[in-house]
Amino acid sequence: MTAMGISALIVMLAIAAPYVTDGQPYSGNALERLKPIGTHGHLLGTDELGRDMWTRLVYGARLSLISGAAPVLIALAIGGSLGVIAGYAGGRVNALIMRTMDIFYAFPAVLLAIAACAVLGPGLLSTIAALSIVFTPSIVRITETATTRIRGMDYIEAARCSGATDFRIILHQVLPNVQAPVLVYASSLAGLSIILAAGLSFLGLGMSPPNPEWGQMLNSLRQSIYVQPWVAALPGLMIFVTSVCFNVISDGLRVAMDVQDG
Amino acid sequence: MTTPILDVHQLRTWYPVRRGLLGRGAAWLRAVDDVTFTVMRGETLAIVGESGCGKSTLGRTILRFVEPTEGNVWLDGHRITEMSRVELRRLRRHMQVVFQDPASSLSPRMRVRDIIAEPLVNFGLAGDRAAVDARVADLLCQVGLPRSAAERYPHEFSGGQRQRIAIARALAPEPDLIICDEAVSALDTSSKAQIVNLLSDLQQRLGLALLFISHDLAVVEHIADRVAVMYLGKIVEIGERAALFEQPAHPYTRALLSAVLDPSPARRHARIMLRGEVPSPIDPPSGCRFRTRCPYAFDRCAAEEPELRERPNGQSAACHLDALPALS
Repeated sequence: MTAMGISALIVMLAIAAPYVTDGQPYSGNALERLKPIGTHGHLLGTDELGRDMWTRLVYGARLSLISGAAPVLIALAIGGSLGVIAGYAGGRVNALIMRTMDIFYAFPAVLLAIAACAVLGPGLLSTIAALSIVFTPSIVRITETATTRIRGMDYIEAARCSGATDFRIILHQVLPNVQAPVLVYASSLAGLSIILAAGLSFLGLGMSPPNPEWGQMLNSLRQSIYVQPWVAALPGLMIFVTSVCFNVISDGLRVAMDVQDG
Repeated sequence: MTTPILDVHQLRTWYPVRRGLLGRGAAWLRAVDDVTFTVMRGETLAIVGESGCGKSTLGRTILRFVEPTEGNVWLDGHRITEMSRVELRRLRRHMQVVFQDPASSLSPRMRVRDIIAEPLVNFGLAGDRAAVDARVADLLCQVGLPRSAAERYPHEFSGGQRQRIAIARALAPEPDLIICDEAVSALDTSSKAQIVNLLSDLQQRLGLALLFISHDLAVVEHIADRVAVMYLGKIVEIGERAALFEQPAHPYTRALLSAVLDPSPARRHARIMLRGEVPSPIDPPSGCRFRTRCPYAFDRCAAEEPELRERPNGQSAACHLDALPALS
């Protein structure tokens, strides 16, 4: 419940960013560099270029939430479809899809993301694309496993006997019965996605300065950690809090979905 | 009325089995081996046999959930075994199925209304939503469930009630034939009796033909018009229920019947104990498949496979003996 509240607050702040801040995440005053938390006019202090931290953190939430949610949604759409097709069709189609996914599986997730990002160049879109590539194989596998389990159930054959086409069986019988584990798993990826996106930016492969992205902010404030450790820690705190909230929500979702199975 | 609704001719379903390290020398598991029978309109044919004798595979092959290796199946004169997927989908309207376990034959995430409406919608049998709702209510009533059941989910019902839902779904497209694959085996005794009575009521009222696959001879005796006994993928005896139950012509049928519990002490009879295990369907014995366990086996049984022959009582049995020796 707390996690839901905090997440909702972060989402609302991100949407209302121009109204809750001065709306200028890019401009700073060089004379007011690295002010501590609680400075008048800069509640959360300023960064190394004198930009208001509150403004940048709130605007950063926009980027972080997008880079947290978008790759998961894209991976869910692509991976979910491929997984259902692989599981439902079986045989050669299954082998083709699953072995292709195994190739992606062979690389460590972060390495794969770094490689994809390096090829695609920096920016929000390439971060999203890279993370989508990272998440797709695992979603395919989860969906395929769930679908294969359900394909052998009598109600699929009963539906076929009821004159349903393959498409209708997938839509009305397979999807409602595989969605629970897949959605729970995907929601757990959202927190990870935020961390990975921030990680890529921290490494200079995701968002580039002067964009207010939490990972990138963490990187540029790294040098100031001995001057203003609390201000420098703020983006990290945000990444931590957001991803923990998402994971707690994901756990809640798991419990809620299991109850329905009854 | 003289054309059979279901005509199964020399049906074979063999599964390939890998043998050896590289899957060389593939062998075949002969789940259904050369099975021929017919079911008339409005008739109940029971297929009985031990578990693993191929009776369920037979049902699934007739429904074409499993592709037959050889042989043909005609449903009301249409050859199912040669049909394209589209033709088959249309024809499925006339042939429905009730599975053993209603917990797995009803999707846990669909409401009862949607489950029963599925064939109505797919076959285009009811016009608008109101017509579907009316038909669903009518079907629920036919299987003895309250109207309110439509809005609930399968897990809210008991096993017997769920089987009623499955039967309502099977009845929805007004089929000519329903294949009941161990439809009452998973139920407790009282629901079993209720479902059996429901099935025979519906059959008489709607003129349905039933292919009743079961290992439970007590139930079969109650519901069947004719009975086919399967052993290791083959029919060893087929005939009218009364003839077959009174005077079995195949030693295996006799052994099966002697294993039925009979509550009346007056009719208590000697139990025939079969020795040994059922041989593997991958490597069936030469000649008669039952000879390894048959108390009356003689030389000819190993050399020559017996054909189904008609007996004086009207049933046919695949045994070289014209009459079984009297029980001592």
